[in-house]
Amino acid sequence: MNDITKLDNRLSIEKSAPGRRALKFKGRIKHGAAPVPETLRRKTAPRLPELSEFDAVRHFTRLSKINFSVDSHFYPLGSCTMKYNPRVNEDIAALDGFAGLHPLASDETAQGTLECLYDLQNRLCELCGMDAITLQPAAGAHSEFTGLLVARAYFARKGQKDRVEIIVPDSAHGTNPATASMLGFSPVNINSGPDGRVDLEVLKRHLGAKTAVVMLTVPNTLGIFESNIETITKMAHEAGALVYMDGANFNALIGLVKPGELGVDIMHLNMHKTFSTPHGGGGPGAGAIAVKKYLDSYLPVPVIKKEGGRFLADFNRPLTVGRVKAFFGNTGVLLKAYAYMLMHSSRELGEIAENAIINANYAKALLKDCFPAHSKEHCMHECVLTPGPEMTKQGIKTLDIAKRLLDYGFHAPTVYFPLIVHEAIMIEPTETETRETIDEFASAMKKISAEAASDPQKVKDAPHTMPVKRLDEVQAARQPNLRW
Amino acid sequence: MFIGNTKKDREEMLKIIGVNSFSDLVKQVPEKFLYPKFKLPADGMDEMQAAAAMRTLASKNKMLKSFVGAGAYARYIPAALKALLSRGEFLTAYTPYQAEASQGILQTIYEYQSSMAALYEMDYGNASMYDGASAFAEAVRAAVRITGRKKVLYSYGVNPQYIATLKTYFGGGEDYKFIQIPHKDGCLDLAGLEGLLDQETACVAAQSPNFFGLAEDFGKVSELAKAQGALFVAAADPVSLGLFRTPGAQGADFAVGEGQGLGLPLSYGGPYLGIFTCKKEYVRQMPGRISGLTKDKDGKRGFVLTLQAREQHIRRDKAASNICSNEALCALGATIYLALLGPEGLKELAQANYDAAHAAAERLCAIKGISLKFKGTFFNEFTLALPCDARKLRSRLIEKENIDPGLPLKDFYPELGDTLLVCATETTTEEDVSRLEKAVRESI
Ligand SMILES: Cc1ncc(COP(=O)(O)O)c(C=O)c1O
Repeated sequence: MNDITKLDNRLSIEKSAPGRRALKFKGRIKHGAAPVPETLRRKTAPRLPELSEFDAVRHFTRLSKINFSVDSHFYPLGSCTMKYNPRVNEDIAALDGFAGLHPLASDETAQGTLECLYDLQNRLCELCGMDAITLQPAAGAHSEFTGLLVARAYFARKGQKDRVEIIVPDSAHGTNPATASMLGFSPVNINSGPDGRVDLEVLKRHLGAKTAVVMLTVPNTLGIFESNIETITKMAHEAGALVYMDGANFNALIGLVKPGELGVDIMHLNMHKTFSTPHGGGGPGAGAIAVKKYLDSYLPVPVIKKEGGRFLADFNRPLTVGRVKAFFGNTGVLLKAYAYMLMHSSRELGEIAENAIINANYAKALLKDCFPAHSKEHCMHECVLTPGPEMTKQGIKTLDIAKRLLDYGFHAPTVYFPLIVHEAIMIEPTETETRETIDEFASAMKKISAEAASDPQKVKDAPHTMPVKRLDEVQAARQPNLRW
Repeated sequence: MFIGNTKKDREEMLKIIGVNSFSDLVKQVPEKFLYPKFKLPADGMDEMQAAAAMRTLASKNKMLKSFVGAGAYARYIPAALKALLSRGEFLTAYTPYQAEASQGILQTIYEYQSSMAALYEMDYGNASMYDGASAFAEAVRAAVRITGRKKVLYSYGVNPQYIATLKTYFGGGEDYKFIQIPHKDGCLDLAGLEGLLDQETACVAAQSPNFFGLAEDFGKVSELAKAQGALFVAAADPVSLGLFRTPGAQGADFAVGEGQGLGLPLSYGGPYLGIFTCKKEYVRQMPGRISGLTKDKDGKRGFVLTLQAREQHIRRDKAASNICSNEALCALGATIYLALLGPEGLKELAQANYDAAHAAAERLCAIKGISLKFKGTFFNEFTLALPCDARKLRSRLIEKENIDPGLPLKDFYPELGDTLLVCATETTTEEDVSRLEKAVRESI
């Protein structure tokens, strides 16, 4: 890392020299077509870098090296599931037969891809205990959006358009309330009980004729299972509402619990988390929503079906909510998920959840003296800790700890989330990390805790070994500089 | 299969946690829900078996010479791009929440935003949307939010899948009005637009080159829109902008596009890349992530995620949009692609696409009974009027000749009759065109 920090930090445009070229396109077909009419022609060349291929390769390689990643660092970012994703997935999605297939290819020419998607749909339904599924959404938040659309269409059909409220616990991911209001629903925030779960009394008070959906994250963002979920779904159903489960964190439950049996009506999966697609610096992802039978007909088009031994993309769904994106879903990601499914029996899928849960509880146990957990219970696949009193006494904040961890060669956990925990540190080791890595991480955390007493300023000034020191976010927001 | 802990590790870890067995850890889950029965294969495949199974499936897709475009294009993907994108440091990172440890991604996002703003001649861009359709829908949402109006006018030639997505994005909300602007020869009819524009109009949404490949002249559109206090939302194919007038030069307030053509594979529809740009005054209305340049404590240049008060993780139900994961790796691909091309390369690429489509059109229109449906200047693709059933022609050529001649437009535009949208790109050869011409000639 150190050498890299000394190298130049110029932008590609600053390395540009007029006339330098990497790719040329000579054009495989020369044609004396009439030139583009003056009124339609571009007048000034875009300000793009002019580089040789070597310049470009070196530039982007350098950038890759000043970046933490799962391949290079332990990345215990809670709620993000930064696990190892098998490399064979990449080869598979890149196979010409898959990668070269046009999205408007006729069904007859797309049988291979359609078969994968069809089988993936079925396996996911079985895994979730749900009846129908769409693989259209492009990510988790996009799935929530699709799921709430389905709920709205369902109520509209029942003539219950006045169900306009979505109950969202305060422990929910930010996308949940954002989705609700994006669709014009009124999000109703309810406070969690002292144990971090939905408070049944509070829920009861808010449930009513206006409630469309109760939106639950399971396990929730405190890493806790909603133990009363059966009661919650019963209460919701009695009030005529539906229950939506944010299943982004499904690696805590995979092979262990079928959400359909808990009584949820709609749920989403983050295919890029649980089903192993690398996160690419913030995407691409892929989503899916699985629903119970009575919601099937509202799913977005197309849905992949099998008829007479042939697979087809079905658009003929009169009650559908419509299209949520152009073409089919993020198929490249879905193919990786399918390959991952092929490599796991249901028993092995269960081991994913078991190891995710063991690793999180192990991290929590190792750290309990210096970083007390928010909840005294065992956790699911992630735990929420807080800085111990010795650190707080020295004025050390969670942010300082996060930055100091970078110096020790670890990516920081998720910090200040969930919002309901003061100075939260949310750790998700995932199932793919080994005990040794968690040991090393815990030892770095303890060292930071000791440093708080011996040299608190060092922690407050961290990081010391990154390409840059702490960055001025206020200036960035006040005087936005967003392009060259 | 991808778990590091051994049985011994697990036993020791459970001991340190202070429990006797795994089941003690999941007491919070009511027992009756644990370990349900699954109707799933009892055996997982090993890597070699899985790879072989997937290869077999891939080979069930019929690889033929395809002339289908309609929003997704077979384009050449440079080797350097593939090599750089497969670097684990990019591939396996997350959203750059810890800026100091993520300068690589943050700088690439900044370079991406810069490249898109330069390409579209707009002020600012975000770090990507899911795809062109969702970018289009989000831009219209922003226009509706800004103007507080509920009527949206859209041109005939906007990709119908974008329009379908747009309508879904408004939740089937009956409060909103979506009205198609009349067309003249496939392009937006200004008189028709004028007749529809009023003080209720939130925006005029249009696309160029449009769904039929026609380059539109939007010179007056934004003036007309502005006179009524409406905004102009323009969609454009990024590759076309190597040759054609940009949304920015034509007064667009928001400009969006599908970035798949910038070095991403077709992959049956995704992952693609939604390009989203806007004028300066609307920067705080942009959805999604933005990387900004700033300084560190020592005054050194660095990058951070910025203007986060628009985003769901800060503002929750007050956010501009719910987008969280976007298409960062695809955006990086586009950034690298444009850096490899530069302004000259992009122009050449656009010219190559222009030439290929014109060559194909000329050859096909020489066949008796076939002509161009629309007269205008076209890029990448064109619409043929056929003397026979377009769907049948397509199936025949797919089955007999291993050629997919293009997309019959009947499903999208019944009023156009037997028309075929045919696309040629820089990957199309003279030979491909000859094969297509011969096959069509013999089959109609
Ligand atoms: C609980 C939860 N819900 C929803 C999301 C949103 O998913 P995505 O980023 O794929 O849109 C996430 C991921 O950040 C999450 O952790």
